Amino acid sequence: METFFFSLLNGVIYGLLLFMLSSGLTLIFSMMGVLNFAHASFYMLGAYFAYTIGSVTGFWIALFLAPILVGLAGAGVERWGLRKVHTNGHLAELLFTFGLAYLIDELVKIIWGKIPVPYEIPAALDFPLFTLFGAQYPAYRIFMLVVSIAMLAGLWFLLKRTRAGLIIQAALTHPHMVGHLGHNVPRVFMIVFGFGCALAGLAGVIGGNYLVTEPAMALSIGPIVFVVVVVGGMGSLEGAFIASLLIGLLQTFAISIDTTFAEIFAFTGLSPLSDLGRISIASLAPMLPFLLLVLVLMIRPRGLMGEREI
Amino acid sequence: MTDTLSISLAPSQSEKFRTRVLPFLIMAAVLVVIPLTGPSRTTYSLLNAIGINMVFALSYNMLLGRAGLLSFGHAVYFGLGGYAAMHAMQAIETGTGLWSIFPVFALPLVGFAGGALAGAVIGWPSCRRAGIPFAMISLGLAELVAAAGFMFTSLFGGEEGVSGDRMNGPELFGLSLGPINEVYWFIAAWTLIGTVAMFAFTRTPLGKMGEAVRDNPERVEFVGYDPQRVRYLIFIFAGGFAGLAGGMAAVNYEIFTPETLSVIPSGFVLLMAYVGGIRYFAGPMLGAVLLTYMQSNLSDFTEAWLLYLGLLFMMIVMFAPSGLAGVLVSISQGLQSPDRRDILGRWARYAAGALLAFTGIVITIEVAVRESSGFGEVFEPFGFALAPDNPVTWLLALGLVGAGGWVMRSSGSDKEEASS
Amino acid sequence: MSTPALSIRDLTKNFGPAEIIRGVTLDIPPGERHAIIGPNGAGKSTLFNLISGLHRPTSGSVHLGSQKISGRKAHEINRMGLSRSFQVSNIFANMTVRENVRCAVLWSLGTGYSFWRNIGNLKHVQERTAEVLETVGLIDKASLPAASLPYADQRTLEIAITIAGGADVILLDEPTAGMSHSETERAVALIERATRGKTLIIVEHDMSVVFGLSDRISVLVYGEVIASGPPEAIRGDAKVREAYLGDEAEDSPMVEGAA
Repeated sequence: METFFFSLLNGVIYGLLLFMLSSGLTLIFSMMGVLNFAHASFYMLGAYFAYTIGSVTGFWIALFLAPILVGLAGAGVERWGLRKVHTNGHLAELLFTFGLAYLIDELVKIIWGKIPVPYEIPAALDFPLFTLFGAQYPAYRIFMLVVSIAMLAGLWFLLKRTRAGLIIQAALTHPHMVGHLGHNVPRVFMIVFGFGCALAGLAGVIGGNYLVTEPAMALSIGPIVFVVVVVGGMGSLEGAFIASLLIGLLQTFAISIDTTFAEIFAFTGLSPLSDLGRISIASLAPMLPFLLLVLVLMIRPRGLMGEREI
Repeated sequence: MTDTLSISLAPSQSEKFRTRVLPFLIMAAVLVVIPLTGPSRTTYSLLNAIGINMVFALSYNMLLGRAGLLSFGHAVYFGLGGYAAMHAMQAIETGTGLWSIFPVFALPLVGFAGGALAGAVIGWPSCRRAGIPFAMISLGLAELVAAAGFMFTSLFGGEEGVSGDRMNGPELFGLSLGPINEVYWFIAAWTLIGTVAMFAFTRTPLGKMGEAVRDNPERVEFVGYDPQRVRYLIFIFAGGFAGLAGGMAAVNYEIFTPETLSVIPSGFVLLMAYVGGIRYFAGPMLGAVLLTYMQSNLSDFTEAWLLYLGLLFMMIVMFAPSGLAGVLVSISQGLQSPDRRDILGRWARYAAGALLAFTGIVITIEVAVRESSGFGEVFEPFGFALAPDNPVTWLLALGLVGAGGWVMRSSGSDKEEASS
Repeated sequence: MSTPALSIRDLTKNFGPAEIIRGVTLDIPPGERHAIIGPNGAGKSTLFNLISGLHRPTSGSVHLGSQKISGRKAHEINRMGLSRSFQVSNIFANMTVRENVRCAVLWSLGTGYSFWRNIGNLKHVQERTAEVLETVGLIDKASLPAASLPYADQRTLEIAITIAGGADVILLDEPTAGMSHSETERAVALIERATRGKTLIIVEHDMSVVFGLSDRISVLVYGEVIASGPPEAIRGDAKVREAYLGDEAEDSPMVEGAA
């Protein structure tokens, strides 16, 4: 029971973290048609920026400053890089962001080194918040949950209650609309790209110290975020939300199950010493998103909530 | 009447020879001449790596350049082909059944079969989509296969991988494949075979329809072809040729690890093909030569070679989307054009500016790398000590980048006119 | 009466709540030249998309000869002998003119997905390609990249790709759109030559082309055929007159047809 409850909570937190990444990716993709391969690299930058800023000003200022800086970096990349390759088509843009991911990874290694940096949970939040079924639950995770929900509410408010949000929504459902936004399309693109990157940066700030802040963190989460977007249906925020939670819960629950295939399929006589028999559900956890991807492609190629056939 | 017409439409015999046969004769001649120059062991191993990467990059370009499919998981087929060859090599060693008469020299064929089979299985779900979804799916599937690689130790050998001994079984062409110069002949032969075969593929109806699908999948449906089927078939072949390269690598290195399946070599093959130029058949070969050379030599000079590689790739994407092959072609066209003096002058200025800026960037990067590694080492090009706490260092770097940028900008506007 | 070349029964198509095609029924006998006219937004292109398999009909059926083609995929319908052109030139822009036509003849000559034959050695492919290029008059431009052709030539190439596979039923979607007067005349001559002995269905705005070329005309208004008959009957039809005069008097078949 306690495993179940804690897994549920952890899964939701991880899922919301994934949504923070995938929502920005979806916004950028829907508005600009650009799949930002470097999205997870901006997430990584968020964590590193927070680490460096935080070591001077403390965590709370970094929490606000780091995502803004990442957003500005993203806007700059759009303004002086992506915009130049726009005329060469979406594949060229994807390749540009692919190269960018490569560059950011290498720059991070040079600036902050190849080993993880000691980006730690702020002392003010480093205590067990409550005890349930005899186990303690860290306060920082609840803080992550609060930040994620605040982000969710902020995003919802932005999309449903502001003019800019209405335009973005229109563009989400009617991609051809983007052309009719007026003469300032490049500016809208820059802002959307920067905003998406800032969301990824925020995920990095609150996720970097919960997980690990190291140069490989972009490559380890990037493909999962892509899976979220494809499974949810490309260009659908609702789909991204559902898929984020689904994958978050799926992975978290899988990790807590140590049962091996040999135990599950004992009736088939599967030997616990064979390769297949040795595999435990927990060890499958990193593969689950990709298995889900294959499954969704087989049954519903457009994704859970996808309407657009791209 | 139509007979004479069709002949006049097709390129003349001499032109066919010049464009379709001669390049391969030259390639074969170069491959034969290289050993006569008495290369060192290091050179031989570099050449072997180049040969493998050439075939691998060309197979990648069957997807990206010819069929318009951007894959982030092509190393899967290289790796699975290589593993297939590796297991066959072990079977040759133990001499079980038919394998006892199978020559190691022919192992790339096993690699081809393995890669093509993997392509047929994995391509089935992934080729249902094209464009950006295809790219993302290829990445996800690559992650899946790589993770499986580490999980199934009996097949993939876990962290240590699977190793074998190439000096077993019947010898072909009197090659024991022991010494590296004999391995060179093996690699050279298969590089040539692979290259010719992939070029021939571009000349088949399927190859041509692949280009049609790349250009306009909708119209392809209305001339009676199923674009999904075309993509799928080409995907299988691309997997097969990647597996061929994997088989070559299996014999060359005598070891395969699950790392080879991962997204990192998949990214590297994309870089090779794109930097070389995906619109030209020989482009990926050029990219394979350059990047393999950089990988083996530049990495000795600087820790930051991957950063340089990333920069090179970004420059190509932004300023020369047709790759190095495209740059070479436009230089040769520039040389033949009537006002070549003007054009060359502009290019020279542009190149000089780029060189200046590049020098500045190199100084910045090298100083930063040494600072961050923390050994107190100082970057000393040509005896000038450029310490990170010396303002001259940064002034020099910034000045060079600024000056280079200014020169490029002043000649850049003319350049656009010239190229249009 | 023999089996119609193309038979459309109660065809409808909805995009969401919008009914674009509202029950079209039409029989086109073999060898007929049939024009479909109607004001903008009447659903002419949608009708072509339904027949050719680009979109699936909501209900109703389409038969090609005795075979049902509605619900099949576009490439299957093409293989069964129905070929179409597009309103916006839909060619292989990065290939040469010759390669464009060659792609279009391959399937009909049975080369399929073959990867063991050199396309340059397939004599019948070369011959058929040359024949098509000769018919449409693009033989001099065979080795030019398709994207570099002038507009009228791109439209011609569009027709060449459409007829190259030797389909018996040809659908042309506004083949003369955007052409000058002399270009239009040449295009009409080409269409007559290239579709001789075949069933032709054409969507066209230029009334001189429509009345000059077709044996029979159907008028499509808001997704319904309001009249169908020989050109003279259509010219005098009151409903047609109303539909056209009500919507766009300038384009009235009477005005243009007389000119």
